[in-house]
Amino acid sequence: MQHHLILRVVTKFLVGTIILFAFYVQFHGDFSPGGGFQAGVIMAVAFILYGLVFGLDRVQEVFPPWIVHKLVALGVLVYAGTGVWNMVLGYEFLHYGSFNPHHMSHGQHTGIIWVEAGVGITVTGVMIAIYYAFAGRPPRLGDDDW
Amino acid sequence: MTETLINVILFSMLVTTAFAILRMRRLFAVVMLSGVFSLLTAMLFVTLDAVDVAFTEAAVGAGISTVLLLGTIALTSRGTKAPTRSNTLPLLLVILTGSVLVYGTLDMPAFGDPNAPAQVHLAPHFLNNSIEEIDVPNVVTSILASYRGFDTLGEVAVVFTAGIGVLLILSGLRRRRQDDAEEET
Repeated sequence: MQHHLILRVVTKFLVGTIILFAFYVQFHGDFSPGGGFQAGVIMAVAFILYGLVFGLDRVQEVFPPWIVHKLVALGVLVYAGTGVWNMVLGYEFLHYGSFNPHHMSHGQHTGIIWVEAGVGITVTGVMIAIYYAFAGRPPRLGDDDW
Repeated sequence: MTETLINVILFSMLVTTAFAILRMRRLFAVVMLSGVFSLLTAMLFVTLDAVDVAFTEAAVGAGISTVLLLGTIALTSRGTKAPTRSNTLPLLLVILTGSVLVYGTLDMPAFGDPNAPAQVHLAPHFLNNSIEEIDVPNVVTSILASYRGFDTLGEVAVVFTAGIGVLLILSGLRRRRQDDAEEET
């Protein structure tokens, strides 16, 4: 799509905004609709849009596949690691209150931020990885066949 | 009254979209219409006050899956073949399954029934104590991330497994490694 000037300019404006919105959805999920899953998808959409307009090679320079593949596992580890950390602190698995035993609800906030981050990381990774897997195969249809 | 009107309009648009998808042979149009279908579903979720679900449906159904389906079309073909066999048996099967499902819903509590089992068991506890125990204004987040933390951990594991599965099938990592090995020898 190198010849679509308007698409390229608009995409450059949009990608940053979309990433910002993804962070908003991620960290404002306690107060408004949203959370890790939605934020992860929105974050992935920013990179997929960039890939659609500028080509797979350019987006893979920004976000190389090996990092994406590591992110897929990292999110699950962050989530489960939060639970294990609660056990290290002497409470049950995923008992977030243990982060701040004197003020349980503050501990809950810490725990929710961490597990939502885990969800967001995994979902971002999986969505982008699946997009790379689809777009990385040589297409059978040319641009004009659509 | 307004809500009923909105529901009727949205549902008729949904059914129209579904029939349009059925009639189409060009897969590009089918994919675009399935995106429209997802957006309409998201709007229905909004009228049900399930904003979080609507958000997910709009982002995943209308956004990501449309892109992935377009990617699939690019890898396969852009049209469906006209059916060679008769449609009677599949149609009968669909009608039968549909009637069984509708029959199943007759047992369910009425929509919005305050005495439905789902409303009297754990939901009041979550709604009454969430602010005190979790202190997060969005109850959906407190239920998903804290009360049902195990459940969400399982969901993340499912997403993880699905991603790994698609990567194993599609990415061709092994093939690339074999090519590298052949180059070295």
